[in-house]
Amino acid sequence: MNLFTELREGLSISWSAIRANKLRSALTTLGIVIGIVTVTLMGTAIQGLNSSFVQSVSSIGADVLFVDRRNWINQSAQDWIQGQKRPPLTLAMADGLARQLTMASAIAPVADDNADVKYKKRRSSSVEIIGTTENYEITMGLTVETGRFMTAGECSGGRPVCVLGAMAATNLFQGESPLGEKIMIGQHQFEVVGVLEKLGGMAGNGGVDDQIMIPLPQFTQNLDHNPDYEMQIKISHVEQMEDAVEEVRVVMRRLRQLPPGTPDNFAINQQDQFLKLFHQLAGTIGGVGLFITGLSLFVGGIGIMNIMFVSVAERTREIGVRKAIGAKRRTILLQFLIEAASICLLGGLIALAIAWPATLLLNKVMPSSLSLGIVGVALLVSLVTGVLSGFFPAWRAARMNPVDALRNE
Amino acid sequence: MGTETVHALREVSLEIAKGEYVAIMGPSGSGKSTLMNLLGCLDSPSGGSYELNGNRVSEMNDNQLAEIRNREIGFIFQTFNLLPRSDALRNVELPLVYAGVSPSQRRKAALDTLASVGLAERVHHKPNELSGGQRQRVAVARALVNRPSILLADEPTGNLDSKTGAEIMALFENLANQGNTIIVVTHEEAIARQSRRIIRIRDGLIASDERIR
Repeated sequence: MNLFTELREGLSISWSAIRANKLRSALTTLGIVIGIVTVTLMGTAIQGLNSSFVQSVSSIGADVLFVDRRNWINQSAQDWIQGQKRPPLTLAMADGLARQLTMASAIAPVADDNADVKYKKRRSSSVEIIGTTENYEITMGLTVETGRFMTAGECSGGRPVCVLGAMAATNLFQGESPLGEKIMIGQHQFEVVGVLEKLGGMAGNGGVDDQIMIPLPQFTQNLDHNPDYEMQIKISHVEQMEDAVEEVRVVMRRLRQLPPGTPDNFAINQQDQFLKLFHQLAGTIGGVGLFITGLSLFVGGIGIMNIMFVSVAERTREIGVRKAIGAKRRTILLQFLIEAASICLLGGLIALAIAWPATLLLNKVMPSSLSLGIVGVALLVSLVTGVLSGFFPAWRAARMNPVDALRNE
Repeated sequence: MGTETVHALREVSLEIAKGEYVAIMGPSGSGKSTLMNLLGCLDSPSGGSYELNGNRVSEMNDNQLAEIRNREIGFIFQTFNLLPRSDALRNVELPLVYAGVSPSQRRKAALDTLASVGLAERVHHKPNELSGGQRQRVAVARALVNRPSILLADEPTGNLDSKTGAEIMALFENLANQGNTIIVVTHEEAIARQSRRIIRIRDGLIASDERIR
């Protein structure tokens, strides 16, 4: 008998065995269903988290350098303390950079602070206030939805205008048109000249969506006289990134008047540092999460093994008859393996039927969708679980001595 | 503790020719079950040799034994041993499934064999929808379906009333007349009397071997 016929026979035998013990099969399948559902949802959640992070980070663009006092990522507490001791960046440095850099297409000094924002009776305190110049639109790759961005004139002269991130606009105005309206930032009045397009991104952190941008002179006058500036530098050609980083370092050292041989007292940050760290972190979280959910699958697998042992014991006589009639070891082994694998595969399919609407629900909290890859992995995992947990019982059945098996009552 | 080797059969030398209708008799514990298991290729002897139709069975491994059983032996059990969830047709097809016969061919062979034991009308009944006599007929059909060298029946009438028992024995007589080799293992004198040769086993030895017809 060839393998194909054996598989087909095994399938029909296992199907009738599963139907003969409906309740038992259903309960056993339930264990696998729960296991696969949790693994699938966990996989989907991790994927969603990853993609939303990458999305929100890369919306800034890979061609921007961020010169800060400190590294975004501190390797140790010492790093952080050292960073704290460095002198702040000054606005003069922005001018210096603009004059001396040859490979930059735009430079925006950025200062940020949190302040209470008010429109009529509505109040919001989670909004990040950004003091910057017209170049912020370029370095951050922003798109204006209605109105316009701040002009160079406004940014140097310091007219009290502001541009709202999409979420900040919805929260304050709730459907009313914000253009031309006056809002209170801290104690001062600002006129809304534009609203940005929604960027989307990480749950709970809107990024630019939750920012309000005002001209830098307004910021230093009204919010913070001595802010800790960040210089955003957009590079003309991404492929020259490494050279650009070097040029920025040289210019910065000159502006900081650092003698040769001393370490930098500033940091040139890039978003890929951030991405690297995130992927590291996500890998760990994902690994732990999958391990924990994998445990429930493991428990399900043990359930299958248990039931298969019962099934083999119950059908000892049937195994004896089949052997007497000419079934080989391999045939019996395959029969029970297929039975275990079918139960698990059935569980996997049911699990996907449950996980699919569940991901749609999950999508309301974070971007997630059931990818074809995860579907494939889920089915594969359930199949492998079935084969692994079915192997031991099937092996026992296959090795039975027909004389003893026939004698069994 | 009780690990004492017991030889159920000793110095048994036996030859059964093609087309014979033999009864093997003996009280329980005489070794007749062991002899039957050996003849049926269910077990290998710890010593000695067994040749079936030119095959040296005593030297075969598990899988070869399974193949030989499939090809050369048709089993008929006291308790019928049909698969309860499968209908008569499916039960009779089973040896052909393991022999690797194509679905259409095995269906035809199974239907023909069921008809030859008088069950043409019952092919889609499950064992629990059949009477004892009918079940044993299904078992006989299953034993016959791939034209084995030996029909090996273990107390074939043990679970039947005397009338249906007689019907099954009539069926055996018929099969013997057609040239089938039949070995019936029984402890009932009346059943053994219907064969043509009676071999009596006692204490692991052949006590007598007589041709009666």
